[in-house]
Amino acid sequence: MGILFDILSWTCLVTGSFFAVVGGIGIVRLPDFYTRLHGGGITDTLGAGLVLVGLMFQAAKGGVLSAGFEAGPWLVLGKLVMILFFLLVTSPTSCHALASAALTNGLQPELSEKKDEPSR
Amino acid sequence: MFAIAMAAILVTMALALARARLGPTVFDRILALNMFGTKTVLLIAVIGFLTERPDFLDLALLYALMNFIGMVAVLRFSKYGHFADTEPEKKAE
Amino acid sequence: MNQTSSDHRMAQNASDDRTGRARYSLALGVVLLGIWLLWSGHYTPLVIGFGVVSCAIVLILTRRMNIADEECAPLLGLRPFVYLPWLIKEITLANIDIAKRVLTPEMPINPQMIRVRASQKGDLGRVIYANSITLTPGTVSVDMQDGEIVVHALTSEAADEDKSGDMDRRVTALEGLS
Repeated sequence: MGILFDILSWTCLVTGSFFAVVGGIGIVRLPDFYTRLHGGGITDTLGAGLVLVGLMFQAAKGGVLSAGFEAGPWLVLGKLVMILFFLLVTSPTSCHALASAALTNGLQPELSEKKDEPSR
Repeated sequence: MFAIAMAAILVTMALALARARLGPTVFDRILALNMFGTKTVLLIAVIGFLTERPDFLDLALLYALMNFIGMVAVLRFSKYGHFADTEPEKKAE
Repeated sequence: MNQTSSDHRMAQNASDDRTGRARYSLALGVVLLGIWLLWSGHYTPLVIGFGVVSCAIVLILTRRMNIADEECAPLLGLRPFVYLPWLIKEITLANIDIAKRVLTPEMPINPQMIRVRASQKGDLGRVIYANSITLTPGTVSVDMQDGEIVVHALTSEAADEDKSGDMDRRVTALEGLS
């Protein structure tokens, strides 16, 4: 039983770490500010999400394996869910605030083609 | 296994710092700072599991909220130039 | 713009304003109490009593400041449980696509600015829609003008995905006003 949770949590942790590093590479490699926002987006969603889900599996393992009903591991699980929730609510908000502040200050995005085409 | 996650998070933080050092605009630096902040939250959570001290999660939660508030404060300042009430906001829209 | 529309709505619903306010206060109270129980981890009568008193003080303050509205306690029922799995699937697919592009040496990106319609009625629905766009890697909502969201897209595929209006329809269904 425990090994199942371990495998799930390790898979999540490793893939989450991978996406976090890819987002970090993206933030360094991408050419201009607005595209770098997307690199930050990768680490904030799948990177952070999978790492936290991996930790949740560890907490759930502690909860399932403990003799009888112990509150401790389940509280840890609840706190991890809250951290994930806050990250998923606040990170796009600050990302949007950052983009709109940059646009207000007149930072123009580098567009590849179809300049300012009013689609629809 | 937690050590791998920690190493990856530290590498990401280093890359974010590199972007903060390179610039070139102030917004790139704020973006890097934001990313550094969310990675700190993850790092604290993973350290909590690595050292088997779940109390660290409370710190992670607090840091997540503080990071958000700080980010919005910096951006309000950079957008409007001051921490005023809603009057200049309507003018800008 | 948003201010005036919400003012208008408030004047319109002046009659059932009181019951609506009570509903939001109740929901906020339940959430606050739940968060207290989750955070504290000490379940003695004294500590739980402190929690109840703190929550009551917060509720009284929100009543006095007139901020007990949908902003502080969104009541969406069970509809998020339909929307969230779909959003998670979208985020995962978009993540894999963007990660591939970032790791390819020549970086096949195609940044562009597009405008998409936001057909949601309330402010909450629009916030959820704009946040969902930003949360999906490859698209970031930059600005909001007259029911349209200005989106910066990293690739043409991500831009087409948003132009198709699929997410817009789903968020409107999630909002459930109409």
